[in-house]
Amino acid sequence: MNWDWSVILKYLPRLLEGTWLTLELVAISGLIGIALAVPLALMRVSTSPWVRAFPFAYIFFFRGTPLLVQIFLIYYGASQFEAVKQSVFWEILRQPYWCAIIAFSMNTAAYSAELIRGAIQAIPRGEIEAAEALGMSRPLQVRRIVLPRAFGIVLPAYGNELILMLKGSSLASTITLLDLTGMARTIIARTYTPLEIFLAAGVIYLLISGVFIGCFRLLEKRLNRYQHYRHQVPTELTKIDPRLQD
Amino acid sequence: MSQAQPALELVDIYKSYGNLEVLKGISLKANDGDVISILGSSGSGKSTLLRCINLLEHPNAGRIIVAGEELELKPAKDGYLDAASRPQLESMRSRIGFVFQSFNLWPHKTILDNIIEAPMRVLKQPRAQAVARAEELLARVGLADKRNAYPGNLSGGQQQRIAIARALAMDPQVLLFDEPTSALDPELVNEVLSVMHSLADEGRTMLIVTHEMRFAREVSSQVVFLHQGQIEEIGSPEQVFDNPKSARVRDFMSSHLS
Repeated sequence: MNWDWSVILKYLPRLLEGTWLTLELVAISGLIGIALAVPLALMRVSTSPWVRAFPFAYIFFFRGTPLLVQIFLIYYGASQFEAVKQSVFWEILRQPYWCAIIAFSMNTAAYSAELIRGAIQAIPRGEIEAAEALGMSRPLQVRRIVLPRAFGIVLPAYGNELILMLKGSSLASTITLLDLTGMARTIIARTYTPLEIFLAAGVIYLLISGVFIGCFRLLEKRLNRYQHYRHQVPTELTKIDPRLQD
Repeated sequence: MSQAQPALELVDIYKSYGNLEVLKGISLKANDGDVISILGSSGSGKSTLLRCINLLEHPNAGRIIVAGEELELKPAKDGYLDAASRPQLESMRSRIGFVFQSFNLWPHKTILDNIIEAPMRVLKQPRAQAVARAEELLARVGLADKRNAYPGNLSGGQQQRIAIARALAMDPQVLLFDEPTSALDPELVNEVLSVMHSLADEGRTMLIVTHEMRFAREVSSQVVFLHQGQIEEIGSPEQVFDNPKSARVRDFMSSHLS
């Protein structure tokens, strides 16, 4: 086997171009996804079965079908309707870039909504009752107590979702986008060095994941700082196991 | 305020869970400055009664009147009553302080933020005013140095004192205490009771569900004994503790005061 470092070096600028597109897709979809997920999650915990029905169906669909199928449905499916092609949306739906963002956003919204729902339901009932008993209105409770509490609880799980989305974004390459994976494939088609280029792409994905994890650690520390009080571990226990000291 | 208008009046409160009747027609009146202790064995409906007053539990029937204003109720599902007007309920709740057995402070907010939250957001007080009042109350419950701490850093007794300060910050007309010391270690009970004692001394209207018999006897103007959802005995502490008419109350007292 001929290992060729120079090909990585030569095509690194192109790979970084692809990396930039990947980050762009993840960032924009992540933001839209969260914006959709919060109302979906709030509807999901409603006491009315009618209000719960829509997010249930939405989440059921987007969790139950592969992301790739969702991307294809939007990218290839939209053009099958003459009405869509005549509409103002066509300007957006004809671009693979926006199709990918729509698919990723809707997909991550479904998963994030489920995470936020779980977090909302994990808030001890008494904390909500305290807000009720002080005469807070429902919207005020949601804004001041429920959502801030839920975000603190959901953060570790959401970091995981973001990493899954980062890796899922490689599917953008199937609809002609030159994200990190798409760019790698294009380079390989020219150079026939799949091992070097895919390995380089893999390392870049790994680095991004590492940065995400670090960011979420920091954010978690900041948001959940109220949990970081010193635990009173009995000294007998620290003698048995010194690790308990910190 | 005239004697004709009690601070709090409950008329014929009924509450059942499915077929289980928890409250079977309870009427109670608290005048300004009254301290009413509600006693009874577990399962007698004490906490449920207290929680019905501000609709944390929904009664099946009855009327709730706070300082002459009746809470408008309408039938909801499963035979429960719900507030006919959410704004009226919120306004009444803001005038009824409630202290929980498990404190229920918001762990993501500092002590100060816990206390000023409702005065600022519900009563729309300016921040400076809410903070000044909160500091006064923190000093009063002996925790002025904890204003920037989080609830997780405090002991149970300290958390409950903060919860009392949080309720007081709304300047409520009536204070409801739902077994405020039951979740505390024995050595922490007294710090909470002494705060409650001082509130009673300054003439606050209070309803207290408690198992602290000695305390109830000391502070109460009236003692109510509940049994299976009904008022078994009601009267002055001397009467209910020392000279109960009901044999059941006598048994209860002799087993709890020995």
